[in-house]
Amino acid sequence: MSDLPVTLTKVTYAIGETSILRDVDLVVRAGAPTFVVGPNGSGKSTLLRLIMGLMTPTAGTIEWAGACDPAPRRRAMVFQHPVMLRRSVAGNLLYALEQAGVEKSLRDRRCGELLQKVGLADLADRPARRLSGGERQKLAFARALARSPDLLILDEPTASLDPSATLALERLIAQAVSDGIKILMASHDLGQMRRLAGDVVFLHRGRILESASAKDFFEQPVSAQASAFLRGDLILED
Amino acid sequence: MNEGSSALALVLSGDPALYAIVRLSLVVSLSAVGLAALVGLPLGGLIALTRFPGRAGVIVLLNAFMGLPPVVVGLAVFLLLSRSGPLGSWGLLFTPTAMVIAQAVLIMPIIAALTRQTVEDYWSEVRDELNAMGVGPLHRLMTLLYDARIALVTVLLAGFGRAAAEVGAVMIVGGNINGFTRVMTTAIALETSKGDLPLAMGLGLILMIIVFAINASAWALRLYAERRIG
Amino acid sequence: MRLLFSALTIACLTFGAQAQDKIITIASTTSTQDSGLFNHLLPAFKAKTGIDVKVIAQGTGQALDTARRGDADVVFVHAKSAEEKFLAEGFGVKRFDVMYNDFVLIGAAADPAGLKGSKDIVASLKTIQAKAAPFVSRGDKSGTHAAELALWKDAGLDPAAAKADWYKEIGQGMGAALNTSKAMGAYVLSDRGTWISFKGKDGLIIAVEGDTKLFNQYGVMLVNPAKHPHVKADLGQAFVDYVLSAEGQKVIADYKIEGQQLFFPNAGK
Repeated sequence: MSDLPVTLTKVTYAIGETSILRDVDLVVRAGAPTFVVGPNGSGKSTLLRLIMGLMTPTAGTIEWAGACDPAPRRRAMVFQHPVMLRRSVAGNLLYALEQAGVEKSLRDRRCGELLQKVGLADLADRPARRLSGGERQKLAFARALARSPDLLILDEPTASLDPSATLALERLIAQAVSDGIKILMASHDLGQMRRLAGDVVFLHRGRILESASAKDFFEQPVSAQASAFLRGDLILED
Repeated sequence: MNEGSSALALVLSGDPALYAIVRLSLVVSLSAVGLAALVGLPLGGLIALTRFPGRAGVIVLLNAFMGLPPVVVGLAVFLLLSRSGPLGSWGLLFTPTAMVIAQAVLIMPIIAALTRQTVEDYWSEVRDELNAMGVGPLHRLMTLLYDARIALVTVLLAGFGRAAAEVGAVMIVGGNINGFTRVMTTAIALETSKGDLPLAMGLGLILMIIVFAINASAWALRLYAERRIG
Repeated sequence: MRLLFSALTIACLTFGAQAQDKIITIASTTSTQDSGLFNHLLPAFKAKTGIDVKVIAQGTGQALDTARRGDADVVFVHAKSAEEKFLAEGFGVKRFDVMYNDFVLIGAAADPAGLKGSKDIVASLKTIQAKAAPFVSRGDKSGTHAAELALWKDAGLDPAAAKADWYKEIGQGMGAALNTSKAMGAYVLSDRGTWISFKGKDGLIIAVEGDTKLFNQYGVMLVNPAKHPHVKADLGQAFVDYVLSAEGQKVIADYKIEGQQLFFPNAGK
């Protein structure tokens, strides 16, 4: 069973009079990583949370594999500031495996494999809340992989990491891509986008201004805002 | 000063009747904490995690009940358990069980209200992560109670402190029966009224030492646990 | 958590076991308890009959109310008129005189009303009123309180109704009343038993004693099983029989503190 494709139809999300997202139509399909980009406050996080099913749109519909049930089946999310449970590194991962419905007898082995994969095997017994930012992000990534996702949503996962931690995480993302996991990722980092993105969705003030392959987006952006964004200009309100 | 030194001598004398009183105090108050926790922890967690009409009112009520006067609780439990009361046939009045019930009623709101606050704060921190993992409501409650366990130990301690220190409720429902329902606080009240101030002081000293020792060990446990689990 | 559960289990076991034993509850007065009589009498009773006794020590009025509610098997108090009312209401089976002692008027060593050595309690109360000397009243419907009110009545005075500012109703037990009168330098009516066993006598004296009006009779009653079927009539009756028996009466007479006899048995007299 898969959660893909995710189909958004005329999705609006508003808090009171303020719309964060307006009339968004988007289909997330299996394939190369999709990057959600745009200036701060353009609605990137909101879009990702809606797709994760953490929030309900105020108007419009979201369907996961053709159904409107928002319970996550094979999707997972890594937040910019992941929160760890007050347990050991392994404890956090075992918890995620349990929640993902992994059979009890298999959890220990799977936990070991995942820790190995993200490079935290030596820290298995460390209190998870004592990890560094980079380690924490790796654990969050392992926790997401515990769900055996076919859609992995990442909300600016490297925004507060140093370059070496960023590189480590990008390697994990690339590995996930080659394992056939669809990546949907918000990012500010143009270099990262060039390294990883297959498609780009450009958000501005709650609307999708462009949705194109990464190549097209970089070479011939259609909107003035996207051009400015690519030049690295500060995009001010219109 | 005279009172202080004879109090100390008494504490060190190891009188078995005295230790029976101390033991009963601990058994009654710890049992009350256990009973109150059994109700208060899930109740507080449930209120923290659910939204229902009148929730704000329930929270205000719970917070107000943290200050329930022990004598009022004692009187209510007395009327309930008296032979002429609705539960009179249980024959529990003037027994340690009645004291446990009264103290549990007294501290349940404290445990529930503080648990609610603790769990709610923690929930706002981990809500997205747990939802992204698809954690169901029951499991969510258990996860939060387990993860907030260090803070909840402090909550239980607050309840224990209140139970061990109160005299009004246990006096009324226990009857301060020598060798049967006499606990430290009622013994202190009795010895004071008999004019035996050294004995009253001695008991007071023991009570304070016990409360201090329990708090100190809980604090040590907390420091250790924080180092271990973050 | 596991610790709490085991504590609960221990508690249940401890308390559960006691419920099976031969045990009765007696509603009695602070004077019998605070004077230490029960600590002397009950072990002898237990040795003879194997029955454990739980004593709830309250003022006489409260003790009778406890029995009225069915929360005691036997009452052992000292306010004859209140006891007779209790009987008339059908809550008691039969009342027996058990023993007596007497009341004494205690005062501060300074003796502000100059009563020391008097044997006339009525005259002394009139003097207290005339000099507005501080006086502490139990004010708790106990036997001693009832006795005190009766004495004021004999003196033709009613300071409680007059709300005299030298007259303090404290609503507490005998020991607390003695502590309070010591702190306030006030007079207070006490039963002799509590006074003899009171540990804080420094600064207090006996101002008035020896008046026949200060006689203090204790009575015992089995709570009527017809009103409260769960009353342990057999065990309760065993206690009543014991304190009235020659043996029980001797145990009461033998109770002494510092060589002074506290209670004088007078069953069947």
